[in-house]
Amino acid sequence: MANRLGQQTVVLDKPAIILGGAGIVGKKEGDGPLARYFDNVIDDEYAGEKTFEAAESRILMDAYVKALEKSGKSPTDINLILSGDLLNQCTAASYAFRDVNTPYMGLFGACSTMTESMALAAMLIDGGSVDYAVCAASSHFCSAERQFRFPLEYGNQRTPTSQWTVTGAGAVILGKDGQGPKITAITPGKILDQGIKDSNNMGAAMAPAACDTITRHLMDTGRSVDEFDMILTGDLGKFGSEMLRDLMRRNNFDLKNKHKDCGMLIFDLETQDVDCGGSGCGCSAAVFSTYILDMFRQGIVKRILFIATGALLSPTRMQQGETIPGIAHAVLVEA
Amino acid sequence: MVVDVMKAFLLGGCICIIGQLLVDLTKLTPARIMVIFVVTGVVLGLFGLYQPLVEWGGAGATVPLTGFGNLLAKGVIKEIEEQGFLGVFTGGVKSAAAGITAAVTFGYIMAIISKPRIKS
Amino acid sequence: MVEQKAPGSQIIRNLLAAFITGGAICAVGQIVLIIFEQVLKADKETAAASTSIVMIFLGAFLTGINIYDNIASFGGAGASVPITGFSNSIVSPAMEFKKEGYVMGVGAKMFLIAGPVLVYGIFASVVAGLVYFIWKQVM
Repeated sequence: MANRLGQQTVVLDKPAIILGGAGIVGKKEGDGPLARYFDNVIDDEYAGEKTFEAAESRILMDAYVKALEKSGKSPTDINLILSGDLLNQCTAASYAFRDVNTPYMGLFGACSTMTESMALAAMLIDGGSVDYAVCAASSHFCSAERQFRFPLEYGNQRTPTSQWTVTGAGAVILGKDGQGPKITAITPGKILDQGIKDSNNMGAAMAPAACDTITRHLMDTGRSVDEFDMILTGDLGKFGSEMLRDLMRRNNFDLKNKHKDCGMLIFDLETQDVDCGGSGCGCSAAVFSTYILDMFRQGIVKRILFIATGALLSPTRMQQGETIPGIAHAVLVEA
Repeated sequence: MVVDVMKAFLLGGCICIIGQLLVDLTKLTPARIMVIFVVTGVVLGLFGLYQPLVEWGGAGATVPLTGFGNLLAKGVIKEIEEQGFLGVFTGGVKSAAAGITAAVTFGYIMAIISKPRIKS
Repeated sequence: MVEQKAPGSQIIRNLLAAFITGGAICAVGQIVLIIFEQVLKADKETAAASTSIVMIFLGAFLTGINIYDNIASFGGAGASVPITGFSNSIVSPAMEFKKEGYVMGVGAKMFLIAGPVLVYGIFASVVAGLVYFIWKQVM
């Protein structure tokens, strides 16, 4: 039975065990520093499909299949799939899982979807209603661009604070038993809107939410930054990460060298022309499901606070003059 | 002849610099900047202020979107001279006919034969 | 804090790139115009209209072979202000939305980006026409 701790955090009595994970990415990500950790790199942006949306469903499906394989579970073992993506109607996820014959609940947390799904699954496992769950999220540069920004061939100049939506999908299998790193606590995030109107500067929109959730977690659990091997955000990017540091300092927390950001890990910012780094649900999902799980396997890390960050913007509301709200959900992963 | 090409290069480059300043220094989106350029061209064309630029810089004045605006204004004025009040409604589109039709035609053809690809 | 933290745009580099790109495209336009006027001996109006058509084709073609976005990435406004940019803004959605069919995709979304240019350009020309017409009556 879980226990609430402090204002927002939930400590799990029966930690959910991460039995395995897999990540499938696109070519640009496959040329990045984490290339060797990914399970597969697709040949081109269409992944053998006719449309970008179908390609995104394809890589999400492939990540799910691979994650099952690596965790030694079969599809019939799974009680629930919790997944989502950036697209309208979460269409990549719903179409990816339409033929798997397993209960599915779609989620929208923008780029925070991966930890949202892991947090929910962990609570369900702890409560006993789910034995084994799939947590997965995806994003695709092309499908995101055509929905949120411009057609691919349109000649627009990217601004220095912009980020490159990652083409990638990540899936983890969570279970009530087995071997692997465990999710021992979760801190769901609140929506924070600091008035950012520039959809090319999402790092700034999300940093306050990340700061709030991390601060909440630290204060609820009474832990200090030193007790973590890594505080890993999803996709704040270079600019958003600097903002996070400053905001945390204002809350009297020094992140020191513990903070890492999936958006800055997945690409080489110097050589890959991605401005401030990667973004998208697939970014944090793919990095965590492969690179981070590998670090646990090798004993390099023992305690990580994983906070995927999302910008809950809507193109329609933005055109109506609205600002960009941010959200960040944290899961505590321990060896 | 070479001088004409150089003048076009110079004038076109300068007009584009103005556009780039708007991009970098204001929060204006590219679409809004294109609208500003075309409307500016119409206004300058109406008062005959754009014609000197066309005479000096040739394509350097007609190729940028301001030139398109100027074309619309000149077309409207010409049609009003020839057709009276009706020209207000016919002049603009008449002068832009070649451009609009070409854009639709080539756009459609390219859509049929080409596939969008991720930026390399 | 956002203002303090946002990386300074490399404005000078952008201006130079815009100048070179825009200048080059206009220079090409001038060469095309010269060819029509001097080599093909067209009259002024025909030459001007033909040059527009060629430039629009150029923008469409470069968009179709997936190059125009790279030019614009470098040249910024130097690629979007010339008429080739207008063409690119029509061809790119036409290509992109083909997946949604030729009527609702290509047909409906072709003017997604360039629409405002036509709407405001034509509307402005009507206003200009009214101004001119009234001025003529008054004079």
